[in-house]
Amino acid sequence: MFPPIPNPSVDPAAAKARFSDADLIRRSASEITPPAQRLTEVAKLIDVTKCIGCKACQSACLEWNNLHEEIGISDGTYTNPPDLTENSFTLMRFTEWVNPETENLEWLIRKDGCMHCEDPGCLKACPSPGAIVQYSNGIVDFIHENCIGCGYCIKGCPFNIPRVSKADHRAYKCTLCSDRIAVGQGPACQKACPTQAIVFGTKEEMKGWADFRIKDLKSRGYANAGLYDPPGVSGTHVMYVLHHADKPSIYAGLPDHPRISPIVETWKGVTKYVGLAAMGFAVAAGFIHHLIAGPNRVSPEDEANAERLTGVAPSGSTPSDGHEAGRTT
Amino acid sequence: MTGTPSDERHSTVPPPASEKYDVEAGDAVHPGRPVTVDRYSGPARFNHWITAASLVLLALSGMALFTPKLFFLTALFGGGQWTRAIHPWIGVVLFFSFLGLFFRFWRANLPAREDVDWVAHSGDLLAGHEEKMPEVGKYNAGQKLVFWSMSGLIAVLITSGIVMWDQYFYPFTTIEQKRIAILVHSIAAVLAICVWIVHVYAAIWVRGTFSAMTRGHVTGGWAWRHHRKWLRELVARPGNGRNAPPHSPAE
Ligand code: HEM
Ligand code: SF4
Repeated sequence: MFPPIPNPSVDPAAAKARFSDADLIRRSASEITPPAQRLTEVAKLIDVTKCIGCKACQSACLEWNNLHEEIGISDGTYTNPPDLTENSFTLMRFTEWVNPETENLEWLIRKDGCMHCEDPGCLKACPSPGAIVQYSNGIVDFIHENCIGCGYCIKGCPFNIPRVSKADHRAYKCTLCSDRIAVGQGPACQKACPTQAIVFGTKEEMKGWADFRIKDLKSRGYANAGLYDPPGVSGTHVMYVLHHADKPSIYAGLPDHPRISPIVETWKGVTKYVGLAAMGFAVAAGFIHHLIAGPNRVSPEDEANAERLTGVAPSGSTPSDGHEAGRTT
Repeated sequence: MTGTPSDERHSTVPPPASEKYDVEAGDAVHPGRPVTVDRYSGPARFNHWITAASLVLLALSGMALFTPKLFFLTALFGGGQWTRAIHPWIGVVLFFSFLGLFFRFWRANLPAREDVDWVAHSGDLLAGHEEKMPEVGKYNAGQKLVFWSMSGLIAVLITSGIVMWDQYFYPFTTIEQKRIAILVHSIAAVLAICVWIVHVYAAIWVRGTFSAMTRGHVTGGWAWRHHRKWLRELVARPGNGRNAPPHSPAE
């Protein structure tokens, strides 16, 4: 058993936040200097092989975050609601999978939610300064008062996690219970889990615990058991132990090789630089041309020619140098 | 080709009937000193300025989201939430307003024989040798390019914009399609803004142009200098030109 996180002290001094804005390593649409000293990275480990699908974590999440999911319609599966919503930061996804090697039906249950990527695509996509932040302990958090509801984070996320509320037009997702972790508690879901399928600690501790679990699984015949800490997003601060780590996608579409989409990288990268340069160039070209060429003015000869064309004798002398002058007569 | 434009320009023969599409409804010549030429009707100008205003507002609100350096522009729209909410609606206004302009102007923007020559001589135009340019109709090849590229870009912007408009259209496309849409939208927006800069610069550089869109008419000299073929067509038109009453000088 993984030693449970003790209940925190009620001493007011212990309530001092363990991380704050001084520990930001990334801030959406902003350039910041990361702090010299990085906090110890934290992680939540979800061991799907120990999960019994009781949804205590899902309930604990609603309760701690004071969320109220709408009463919906059952689609005939255990997955309820059918998808993450702005009120369900976490969702148990149930998959019935027939193992082609054993012909056994396996009931795969995966707790879906924000993975707290080390390289967060949501944060990269977000246009609003400070709406998404990343603390040096690895937590990626949405700061709702800065959110404009554009939904760019949804496009940036490789895991399809954020949801924009139709009520207040702000994006929501799992916070990794940043408010609990700040005062030394574990996330609500972890606390509620009766089987220790969810454990929380430093990232190193979690990797160590995962190793132990994977060895145990291998000894019991799960040759492909392994840790899901995808390198495409530089690792995550929510990791899974999977019995079939060679095919993550059987777990309700967990991406095999998650990474920030190259389309998003192009949009947020070269498009911005080339685009701003192109517009700047167009304006500069206009200024320079005007400086060099001067305005293109209508001459008195032009007016005289128009008058002649319309049958009115032009005023004053016949234009002499106008090459057009003689032509129309 | 380059040696002969002066010969071509000699002719006062009215253009063949097939090129009459150059003249738009409401265009008319009023002899006088100076000659005035009606170029845009009141409704056409109104339509143009609605389009212009919405394009500028879209460029400002869009650029605010395009780069953090310009995020401060959201203040013009009442903050980020308002900017996000209002931008697509202004886009809808732009789309229908531009559609109006499109149906007004498309015929006169069809390609003409002299367009090739005009493009070949566009360097001369910029260098101040407009006398080397072929005579052109209501629009020169550059203006036609602006017209058609704006038409194409606005079609792309509304299509991609709707795909990105999560508030109403989120369920209809996949996230991958939305990613493509946003990339396409931002590239099309940059191109549209560049075309707009060219368009505005041309109106500033070529003096005497603004009155076409403000008061609706230009001077005969302006038409002679920049759109001579159009002027000739107008003058040669039966029931127009010579017979039209002069504009009152006060106007
Ligand atoms: C024609 C209809 C249009 C529609 C329906 C539309 C819709 C949208 C939507 C939904 C967004 C996402 C942000 C938001 O929700 O406000 C957006 C962003 C943007 N729009 Fe539009 N738009 C239109 C036209 C235009 C035009 C004409 C321009 C520029 C001249 C433009 C420039 C931009 C830019 C630069 C962005 C930000 C893209 C980025 O963040 O990279 N849009 N538009
Ligand atoms: S919806 Fe909010 S958090 Fe998401 S990208 Fe837009 S501003 Fe950022």
